[in-house]
Amino acid sequence: MTQAKLQAELAGGYPAYMRESIEKVKATRTQLLKSGPPAAMNAEARDKILDKFHPDYKPDKKRALAIGPSAGAMMPHEVADVLEAHPLIDPASIDLSKVDIEVDVLIIGGGGAASVAALFAREQGIETDKILIATKLRHGDCNSIMAQGGIQAADRPTDSPAIHYLDVLGGGHYTNKPALVRALVNDGPMIINWHENLGVTYDKVNGDYLEAHGGGTSRMRMHSAKDYTGMELMRVLRDEVRNLEIPVLEFAPAVELLLDKDGHAAGAVLFNLETNEYMVVRANATILATGGFGRLHIQGFPTTNHYGATADGLVLAYRAGARLIDMDSVQYHPTGVAYPAAILGQLATEKLRNQGAMPVNAHGEAFVYPLEPRDVEAAAIIRECYERNNGITTPSEIRGVWLDTPMIEEIHGKGTIKERLAAMWMMWNRHGIDITVDPALVFPTLHYQNGGVEIGAEAQTDVPGLFAGGEAGGGIHGKNRLMGNSLLDYNVFGRRAGISAARWAKKHTVKALSLKHVTNYEKMLKKAGLKTDRKTPLILPDYRNQAVLAHSLDIM
Amino acid sequence: MKQNKMIKIFIMGKAYQVPAGLTIMDAMEYAGYRFIRGAGCRSGFCGACATIYRKAGEYRFEFALACQEMVEEGIHLAQLPFTPAPRAGYILDDLDASENVLLQYYPEIACCVSCNTCTKACPQDIEVMDYIQAALRGDIKQVTELSFDCIQCGLCSMRCPADIKHYHVAQLARRLYAKSASPTPQHLKDRIKEIEAGKFSDELEELTTMNLDELKERYAARQIEPTT
Repeated sequence: MTQAKLQAELAGGYPAYMRESIEKVKATRTQLLKSGPPAAMNAEARDKILDKFHPDYKPDKKRALAIGPSAGAMMPHEVADVLEAHPLIDPASIDLSKVDIEVDVLIIGGGGAASVAALFAREQGIETDKILIATKLRHGDCNSIMAQGGIQAADRPTDSPAIHYLDVLGGGHYTNKPALVRALVNDGPMIINWHENLGVTYDKVNGDYLEAHGGGTSRMRMHSAKDYTGMELMRVLRDEVRNLEIPVLEFAPAVELLLDKDGHAAGAVLFNLETNEYMVVRANATILATGGFGRLHIQGFPTTNHYGATADGLVLAYRAGARLIDMDSVQYHPTGVAYPAAILGQLATEKLRNQGAMPVNAHGEAFVYPLEPRDVEAAAIIRECYERNNGITTPSEIRGVWLDTPMIEEIHGKGTIKERLAAMWMMWNRHGIDITVDPALVFPTLHYQNGGVEIGAEAQTDVPGLFAGGEAGGGIHGKNRLMGNSLLDYNVFGRRAGISAARWAKKHTVKALSLKHVTNYEKMLKKAGLKTDRKTPLILPDYRNQAVLAHSLDIM
Repeated sequence: MKQNKMIKIFIMGKAYQVPAGLTIMDAMEYAGYRFIRGAGCRSGFCGACATIYRKAGEYRFEFALACQEMVEEGIHLAQLPFTPAPRAGYILDDLDASENVLLQYYPEIACCVSCNTCTKACPQDIEVMDYIQAALRGDIKQVTELSFDCIQCGLCSMRCPADIKHYHVAQLARRLYAKSASPTPQHLKDRIKEIEAGKFSDELEELTTMNLDELKERYAARQIEPTT
């Protein structure tokens, strides 16, 4: 069928049977706007719905990790699989006597946390050419650039870091590490000010920030840049790294960390994806800013994450001896795209809800407070589709509920969506759907690694000389992160990682390089009786179709 | 799931059969490509997958992000995963927004022939030529507003007969405008002073050491600020 013919059978991007449901949504809209959404759940109701419907709470979808410093910790099978796996490289094949690059601070990763860490390592006096950012894809290919809704910081007079603290802790089910939350909320306003000085454009009206709520916030503290908040931040940070001429090595993922004979982090083995060469990088301090695990497609969920989000940093740090924390906790963003299939699982920002769009079912009924914490909101949408059977099933047999986006224009006036949610408007418009007049179909999508490599308040890990920032680091968000705290997280802990690494590098010189921890890891696998042909880090997912893979030969 | 009808597409001139209804990126992977370059966020925000294509029977080039545009029968396509466009280095704090900084750093904007090819090449539907004209006038506010949705894929610069580096010009303009003409709200500065003076330290100390039951009570008792 041609594109034109496909489009012709659709009206405003939707097939006829979906339009029937849209008519019901339109019929209830005025009344819902008048009556307001359902009330927020209390603590018991939240616990109950999570236990029954949130994917994290299904015991058969996870297992206890068999080996290493966090042995016994529960985590999704997909995460345990990449940890209980053989190293991608044979340590014996790497010549550590020849060092290719020597730096003070090596930063692994090329997203927000990496960029912030580099800028602050330099600010601490590390010479520019003694810093190296090494990343798997391009500088800026990361989840940071895709964040849409905003960044939290408690700067308004009616708000305070203490109120922010309570919101974060309650949203995380009181499992967050207090010292990390304290650092997060304390540094927030200072981070926004730093952005202002770098020339970041934040949304302002009459010279003041346009601040909004997020799911689970008690004050409006969401700062935004339309619905391109992550992109605006990332492109400014990247531009500043380029202005300062901090070296960046692209398409060069780390495949193992190096330790020295004292067990201190000592750099990494990088792999040039285009020439297949490895490079030995010796560094006095190493920062892990490798992001999360969305591309592991936990429980088969589609993901909002970028192409490289394959948990490589977790694997490397774990082999080097760092403990992991909260790995049993996965964030499913409540509103991923459920239709059309071509953009399945892509992000429909929470900002759509903080600007007034309500989730409604096939009959046009509102069934949940639109700004519950993300895990609760996601669970409510799953319940509506699978227990109450009030979802809409797409032609690809995906169930979803409506997010009634035209409500935004009803509340704030015509033109608001194109002004404040330009990216969202464009995403659906490319598929013939106009979200200013029609609702959008959504279902939870795999979004964020709530846990990670356990860090302390100065971004230090268990491995001396190894620091972590951004999504790779764990403990900040506990069992659930709130909207707008990931952009804040990567800035706060990227900064702290950069500063800590610089200070460490000034005091420590790496001794003889070693990959013995990798050999030891192999021994642990064997001792635990784990028989597998899995090799990690994965580096990139593989989406080639099965027929191609069946005839694939690795002979070049 | 029902399988869509198969269609023929041409990747760099070579024919493949793929199901209808896929994006260019998904179709290339279906055909057997495993990306190293040319795939990034896969959601239209990073500019890694700039693609040039021509529809069956058309003579015109069209431009898109591979992760957002759908394939159709007979499409010919190639990716342009990198743009070798140099950018000017600068120290933001040293720039004077009252001068035409954009023209100083990127004099080639004066060579714009108003052909609008950049605008036609933009997968984000940005009025690229209009912001280059604004840049020429030194109007950094208008450049900021018009260029804001730019994902820096580089297609504008690839097509420009005057070799303008549009997206670099816009980046400089936005930072300069935000820094010089959009002052930091006073309450942010006040809050930072309060934090530095330790105004919230005792309360945060109390919260970080509070027992669970008391924390839960405090959380449940929060007043939710009404939306304005």
